[in-house]
Amino acid sequence: MFGYCSDPSALDGLVWLSCYLTSGKHMAFYASFGTVMLLLAITAPAALLFGFGGAVAARSAFWPLRILGKAYSAMVRGIPDIVFFLFVPIALDQAFEWMRHKALCPEWEAPVRQGNDFVVCVEAKLPLSASPQWVHESYGFALAVLAFSIVFGAFAANVFYGAMRTVPRAQLETAQAYGMTERQSFWRVLIPQMWIYALPGLSNLWMILIKATPLLFLLGVEDIVYWARELGGSKTSIYAYPHPDWRLYYFLALLVFYLALTRVSEIALARLTARLSRGQATMAGEALRKAAV
Amino acid sequence: MSCVQTIQDYGLRALGIGERVLPRADITLCDQFTLIGSGLIWNIYFGTLALIAGFFLATGLALARGSRNVLLRKPSEWFIFVFRGSPLFIQFFVAYQAFVLLPKNGIEIDLIFTQITAESRWLARAAAGALIVLFLNTAAYTAEIFYGALRSIPKGDVEAADAYGMSGWTKFRRVVWPTMLRLAWPAYTNEAIFLFHATTLVFFSGFPAWQQKGDALYYANYFADKTFNPFVPYPIVAGYFILLTLVVIGIFGLVNRQLNRHIPQARPKLRLRPQVTR
Repeated sequence: MFGYCSDPSALDGLVWLSCYLTSGKHMAFYASFGTVMLLLAITAPAALLFGFGGAVAARSAFWPLRILGKAYSAMVRGIPDIVFFLFVPIALDQAFEWMRHKALCPEWEAPVRQGNDFVVCVEAKLPLSASPQWVHESYGFALAVLAFSIVFGAFAANVFYGAMRTVPRAQLETAQAYGMTERQSFWRVLIPQMWIYALPGLSNLWMILIKATPLLFLLGVEDIVYWARELGGSKTSIYAYPHPDWRLYYFLALLVFYLALTRVSEIALARLTARLSRGQATMAGEALRKAAV
Repeated sequence: MSCVQTIQDYGLRALGIGERVLPRADITLCDQFTLIGSGLIWNIYFGTLALIAGFFLATGLALARGSRNVLLRKPSEWFIFVFRGSPLFIQFFVAYQAFVLLPKNGIEIDLIFTQITAESRWLARAAAGALIVLFLNTAAYTAEIFYGALRSIPKGDVEAADAYGMSGWTKFRRVVWPTMLRLAWPAYTNEAIFLFHATTLVFFSGFPAWQQKGDALYYANYFADKTFNPFVPYPIVAGYFILLTLVVIGIFGLVNRQLNRHIPQARPKLRLRPQVTR
């Protein structure tokens, strides 16, 4: 990074540290914080979408759909989320490969499951073994995002379902009295009012999502936990920057990063709650109204 | 090999009793059910002990947090913030690295007349180290729940206790504490459920599974890697955990009935709010 870093063994003290912390590997470590942010940025809206779908299904008048929606939102209460994080990526991977196998190699005779092996034809492999490294990495990341979205979608479905039931019944009856159809009262009355009831649950969910991001490490993504373990492990003198086992300090840095992230989120969510309470028929909305007069 | 034989061999494998070598080839459904079930012992061990110990620390923390004394309030606020604001996964890593760094031969504590050597090696084992982390973690979450309940105790109840001449310890034991538990119970049930779920993280974080003695998810992951078929072991763990969750809900429901036994008509059923706490 800096000009004077060409011979690290001659340096010591703060100068050494400044070179150490800007080495190529450390740059990859800092970039992996971006991976975490990317995961949050993609998963949050995707989980909201999954959750919304789940909640609407759970309210449906058509019973198979209703049971499906209720089972989806109930499953996360009984089963640890880590089971899903381990299960979903590998299950989806096998499902995709199996479907491609059926479509691309119809003349294949042997069974796909042979003893302890899962064998598909070469063309059906995902990603193709000839594809470059970044395709493999982003495929793994995409599967991880999907697993996170499914799990947190189920949590969000719980929140939305509860929020939709909390909207005062009179509001919907009024909508009907005005001659609105089911669909109209759903989109014009229920949904706009639902958000303020859903917000405490969703804030909570956002916090849980932040705290679940280090689990990316378990899915084989090179995230901050991976780099903290790599960089912190003791390095002998064959490395440019030898040092004893510093993993404790790296993990403490991650701890501080997460504490900062949750603190900032708390403040932001408190502001959002105040903003959404404006003009609502709740105690918070009433307080805002009185303060304005 | 019959299934009874498998259960004899592997039923207590997670504790190190029985066959040493895990099944490698020709893995049957019975193998998977037995080993994953034996791993569940660890989940129950971690969950139950952390929950019981955490309950008492949480009561203390909640009281400290509501106290007017800054020296009590600030430390408990920070404790709760650190443990609730950071991922459990990272907490496991930090704790493990810290325990490993402790001197191998134990810490010499120099008293004036004698010397004590405190063993520290066992802390790096999951059975003790991870339990401490889980205990502190659940204490922080529970303290937040109890603190919220403490603040929503009806003013009238406390005033009535004052009118009866109760004060200090008597008032706390007879009025404040039972009311706090009653108010906190649904949220606390949720916390207990998610604590049991969190115990599956232990062997996937820093703590190594010594001699392949792992928890339910550890063995499920082992089978998924060996058979390359995730569709059998993971649903088995899921099934076990659904049962465990139902048992937890059942026990907490019984306690809830006991807590509300003075309410004459139609005892309030434990209504679990669909909100997530963790």
